[in-house]
Amino acid sequence: MPTVVDKQYLLNSKQMASFVAKGYLRFDDLIPDTINQAVMRDIDAGIVKSNPAGMPLSQCYPPPSAVGEMLRMPQVQGIIQSLVGADPLFDHQAVHVREPNEDSAQNLHGDSTIDIRMHFDIQLMYFPHDVSREMGGTLIVPGSHFRRINESEIARYQNIVGQIQTVCNAGTLLIVHHGIWHCGRQNKSNQRRYMFKVRLNPAVRQLRLWNTDDLTEDAKKQQVIFGGSAKTDDVQSILTKQEPWFEWGDGRLEILNRIKLWRFLTGDNNFDAHYWLTRLENMPEVMEAAG
Amino acid sequence: MGQLRQKILVLYLASSALDDAVRAWAVYDGTGKEAHTTGDSDTPPYKTGLDALKDGWRVIQFPQLIPPYPGLEFTTSFQKNEFILEKLEEI
Repeated sequence: MPTVVDKQYLLNSKQMASFVAKGYLRFDDLIPDTINQAVMRDIDAGIVKSNPAGMPLSQCYPPPSAVGEMLRMPQVQGIIQSLVGADPLFDHQAVHVREPNEDSAQNLHGDSTIDIRMHFDIQLMYFPHDVSREMGGTLIVPGSHFRRINESEIARYQNIVGQIQTVCNAGTLLIVHHGIWHCGRQNKSNQRRYMFKVRLNPAVRQLRLWNTDDLTEDAKKQQVIFGGSAKTDDVQSILTKQEPWFEWGDGRLEILNRIKLWRFLTGDNNFDAHYWLTRLENMPEVMEAAG
Repeated sequence: MGQLRQKILVLYLASSALDDAVRAWAVYDGTGKEAHTTGDSDTPPYKTGLDALKDGWRVIQFPQLIPPYPGLEFTTSFQKNEFILEKLEEI
């Protein structure tokens, strides 16, 4: 049976807004070293057994399983529950390996295929050992998750301003939206580099699954815009902050995409950030009284 | 005169203006002297497309300005402002 975690482990609204805006969340040093080392032993022994696609996560990786221990940590359960519910469906796992002294990186790509759902899957990217810059940790492109592309059609892009090259300590977890552009970078070191990935599908409507205690009426009030007095760290400003690689035009469309996803996740179809959608939806039918 | 080989520079700019800022890029070197791959640099080779021209690159393809398809006005996908440039170098 799935366990519903204590509220303290759920994401808050700012973290959720950041996920909606950037398509990922990062948790450094989250997994303790005892589990990291156990997972590494299991990977090296080739005994991290996968599960049938579509199986409830609560039935996957039964004890004894180091990966299961990682996934059952309340901190990890809280992240999962906030994004895809308490008992999402297991999609697949992959032990990604970048061999030492490689000639090149993996091409930039999005996983699976074109996926136009508002509902989203998440992928847990778990780094069970330290990853130096030379080791070629996963590269992700923040804010790329709404771009409709099919797998490695984007292979032509070698570098994008603002790309993140994952350099981290053992036990770091990246949680990414299924649409994020990413790749395994070139491993220039003498060591193998591992990343363990699990993809999860929601089994419930993704509606206010996180800790919404901070989601006040004040958060949705229209603000002064283009005047320099807007707040800088509230949900609206998180959703409207552009990535450094955004084009002037399409960057604004990404703000609309984020607002639409926030409406979907909160169930509040009147929510707006900095007036971007309200302006487009203003089609008054009221007739002005004749003078 | 030695044999010539083509170097290709692909620049994705912030708008359709060639003198706008570089947002993404790729380099393919037909001389074999350089080998570029995904994620090999965080710093664009030029600040703008025009800066690349000043360094001797020749534009061989401009992005066409295509109106949004009806129904897809709000859809985002590839970066539209893709300029392809070349240099010919002796080997």
